Amino acid sequence: MTDVIVIGAGPAGLAGAIACAQSGLKTVVIDEFIKPGGRLLGQLHEKPSGEWWNGIKESDRLTKEAQDLSVNIRCGVSVYNLEKEANKWSVHTNKGTLSASFVLIATGAAEYPIPLPGWTLPGVMSIGAAQVMTNVHRVQVGKKGIIIGANILAFAILNELQLAGIHVERIVLPEKGPLSGKAGVPNEVLKSLTDASKLAPSSFLRLGGRLMKSDGLRKMAIKFFPKNGVKMNGTPLLLRKAAVEIIGDQQVEGVRVADIDAEGKIILGSEKIYEADFVCIAGGLYPLAELAAVAGCPFQYIPELGGHVPHHSEIMETPLDGLFVAGNITGIESGKVAMAQGTTAGYSIAKRAGKGGIIDDLLQQAVQNVRTVREQAAIQFHPEINDGRKKIYEQWEELYTKKQNEYDDVKIG
Amino acid sequence: MNRIINHPILGKSEDRKRISFTFNDKTYEAYENETIAAALLANGVRTLRVHEESGTPRGFYCNIGHCMECRVTVNNQVNIRACLTVVENNMIVESGKQHPNIVKRMVEQQ
Repeated sequence: MTDVIVIGAGPAGLAGAIACAQSGLKTVVIDEFIKPGGRLLGQLHEKPSGEWWNGIKESDRLTKEAQDLSVNIRCGVSVYNLEKEANKWSVHTNKGTLSASFVLIATGAAEYPIPLPGWTLPGVMSIGAAQVMTNVHRVQVGKKGIIIGANILAFAILNELQLAGIHVERIVLPEKGPLSGKAGVPNEVLKSLTDASKLAPSSFLRLGGRLMKSDGLRKMAIKFFPKNGVKMNGTPLLLRKAAVEIIGDQQVEGVRVADIDAEGKIILGSEKIYEADFVCIAGGLYPLAELAAVAGCPFQYIPELGGHVPHHSEIMETPLDGLFVAGNITGIESGKVAMAQGTTAGYSIAKRAGKGGIIDDLLQQAVQNVRTVREQAAIQFHPEINDGRKKIYEQWEELYTKKQNEYDDVKIG
Repeated sequence: MNRIINHPILGKSEDRKRISFTFNDKTYEAYENETIAAALLANGVRTLRVHEESGTPRGFYCNIGHCMECRVTVNNQVNIRACLTVVENNMIVESGKQHPNIVKRMVEQQ
């Protein structure tokens, strides 16, 4: 008999499984990738202390800890449906149906695509795809690349590609349009980079981050932004150039790029072709929440959290009894926050399962730890993350806690 | 050689057993426990299939199972994601084919 099914063996799922197993619950973790770790596997960056954050080692550590607690981790298992039947959750997978009283959905995030002409050519990939090919599979994605999209995720992975000796020739913006939105407007891009400058990948941006809080200075910076870009560890970041088309016959041969003004408008006659054999599209991350939707969970669109997120409380419950969420499905944040949320969800499940003892204390500590880790985070994908969190928790209070109290009052009365 | 053997932080990639598989009737070498997409890219193969309707070439896009762009036929089973499937010794992998669209072709020829 399984007590808890965890969907997703990333930082949130593994941490959640560990907390469940420590509380005495029989736990299974399923994941469709070939090994556990989720997006932790690709992560590799130098911490301010000079030590390296090595996602593969972190994954191995979490996996071993879970397995030592007899958590059953099954890879290569894809979930296609989730439903409640006779007080139990049935999780339908390509390897058969599993059932348990509790399910933790920790499916993480996916990348927003930015479609542009030629983007289906072999050699075009999401920036995360290049990360996995490089750090997990250790296969070169190409000899000469162009990144389309300037954001924190793109810079972090650029750094990883450079470490592995993969040559990225330049970073340009996507062409402004309904699908690229603010990512195609130099002023907006510089603003978002400024807001995230805590972790700025280059000293230029770190320095600039403080200066450019002022709108006037920022507009000036865009106006005088060097035509040849600002080098990020050798790769020019071209905020005044936009990709209009990826060209190639059978695979990527180059990118047609045009100069743009500060608002992203193309300057006629400025087009030229940059050669490349691979292109990475960096559109940013959104919570991967289909399974919560399939299960019947209500959703709210919260841009500060990266998109549509399932309703959930700070202790990671959803409105559906027995269904919990943790990690990037609740909003885009770092892997460390995901782990802390996973631990919270694990203790929350244990409490709901009637485990007594110190579980209340553990749960309170875990909630506090999420806040602490969030405050200390070096990587902030969405600068207004705290506002987003506040919104979703306030909504929970409004929709579920108050109602429940009223209901209880009626019952007692 | 398209593999990243030495890495300044992650170290030297471990020695893995080599196996062989075929893709569109050609034999390739792969490492044990790697995905079909990784093995093919290491062999310089980017095109995994052609679009069923238009016939245009496609490769992997997201590399983690969401986008379905890398679907191939594995041992006669269609629509298998190359980015999530571990390659096995003697595995037979094939790209899909362009499906006939007689009406469209007729319209094009008019």
